[in-house]
Amino acid sequence: MKSLIAQSHSLSDPDVQIDVINNHNDKVKSLDKFEKKLDEIGLLPLKPTGIEIFQINVGYMCNMTCKHCHVDAGPDRKEIMTKETLQYCLDALTDSDIQTVDLTGGAPEMNPYFRWFVDEVSKLGKHIIVRSNLTILDTRKFEDLPQFMADRGVEITCSLPFYSKRRTDMQRGEGTYDKSMKVLKILNEIGYGKEETGLQLNLVYNPVGAFLPPDQESLREDYKERLWNDHGIVFNDLFTITNLPISRYLHFLVMSDNLEEYMEKLITSFNPSAAMGVMCRNTISIGWDGSLYDCDFNQMLKIKTNHGAPNHIKNWDLKKLNSREIVVNQHCFGCTAGAGSSCGGAVT
Amino acid sequence: MTMEKTYYNPADLKKFGNVGEFQKELADKFFDYYGTVFADSALSSREKSLIALAVAHAVQCPYCIDAYTEESLEKGYSEEQMMEAVHVATAIRGGASLVHGVQMMNKVDKLSM
Repeated sequence: MKSLIAQSHSLSDPDVQIDVINNHNDKVKSLDKFEKKLDEIGLLPLKPTGIEIFQINVGYMCNMTCKHCHVDAGPDRKEIMTKETLQYCLDALTDSDIQTVDLTGGAPEMNPYFRWFVDEVSKLGKHIIVRSNLTILDTRKFEDLPQFMADRGVEITCSLPFYSKRRTDMQRGEGTYDKSMKVLKILNEIGYGKEETGLQLNLVYNPVGAFLPPDQESLREDYKERLWNDHGIVFNDLFTITNLPISRYLHFLVMSDNLEEYMEKLITSFNPSAAMGVMCRNTISIGWDGSLYDCDFNQMLKIKTNHGAPNHIKNWDLKKLNSREIVVNQHCFGCTAGAGSSCGGAVT
Repeated sequence: MTMEKTYYNPADLKKFGNVGEFQKELADKFFDYYGTVFADSALSSREKSLIALAVAHAVQCPYCIDAYTEESLEKGYSEEQMMEAVHVATAIRGGASLVHGVQMMNKVDKLSM
């Protein structure tokens, strides 16, 4: 499967996506705006609580082409963060007390400077999270990475949209489930997912379709039971993440005639407590070219940090960024529906 | 308003609450009761959603099937679990017919020499 951008699909254009989630039809057009809902609970303008997580998207290249991918990542994406830009990130981190560095992509492991960068961040004493698709660790070029990451105490957060093969492969491609189980066993063998080692292994659930995630706690127990009983696999935590209506997932919603109902569901499920805890309030997102965004979703919509805050890593200014106004649009309802959603799962 | 040309319209599910327009008191009582039935109690709301999915098939309510299919997915049930719930409904419905075969046999006995 090709990325939307490689297909020259209209929905690869961020402006078209923003127009669709606002104006797809009369019903969608009539739905409450995110800003209005924030205003009603006194959260407008949305301000950061303080940046704690430095999330770097080191490139959109990926060995997979998942149907729901909000990045539109895939083997045909060539956007990769350069060593120079990674160095700007290191410079910014050196000057700040931000403790968590979250590496995402694409498959972050495919950035040619991945190992060097993890080493450098590790030397700064920062906690590193790598968002892995698991299957990349089953390839010869990257099979040494589990041990490399274990040696540096890297936390691994990986995608497993369901504990069953059928639903996982439906979203991520045939054979993904079996490869994922193989890699999870390797990670367990070197100590990941076991309480006593301190090597944190988290799984990420996201709905394979146009519905909201289940309760995180009860689903975690289901995953634990099923993965242990079926495969002898253990893990530390499970994060439930809601799919935001952008990029390939938006394409799915439009093509399956689910967009109107999904937007309505997100909006009627707006939860003020979840809005209080949205991740953009404690996270900054850095794009492959060094641009700054309020979150990885805004990054994909090319909505840069605004309102006087710097919008490139070269101009890093933590004080200004901490007092910025976060830019919102209709996709933000995905983070405030029900129990809320973030890169660390539910927020309430 | 013109009448629909089919008996069931998926959009009508969202209008369920409108039944109160013709009789508010009973509708209020029903929806209050409905909400209480599906709350976490001796059975979890999660378990109740799967029971509802099975019952929806037994009573063959298209609105309920739509609603509780989505609800079951959002409660984290797998396709296998949901289909097994439907089979429970099917087994009870089928069994309800078949067990009357005993009545038929009894009658045959009574009428036979």
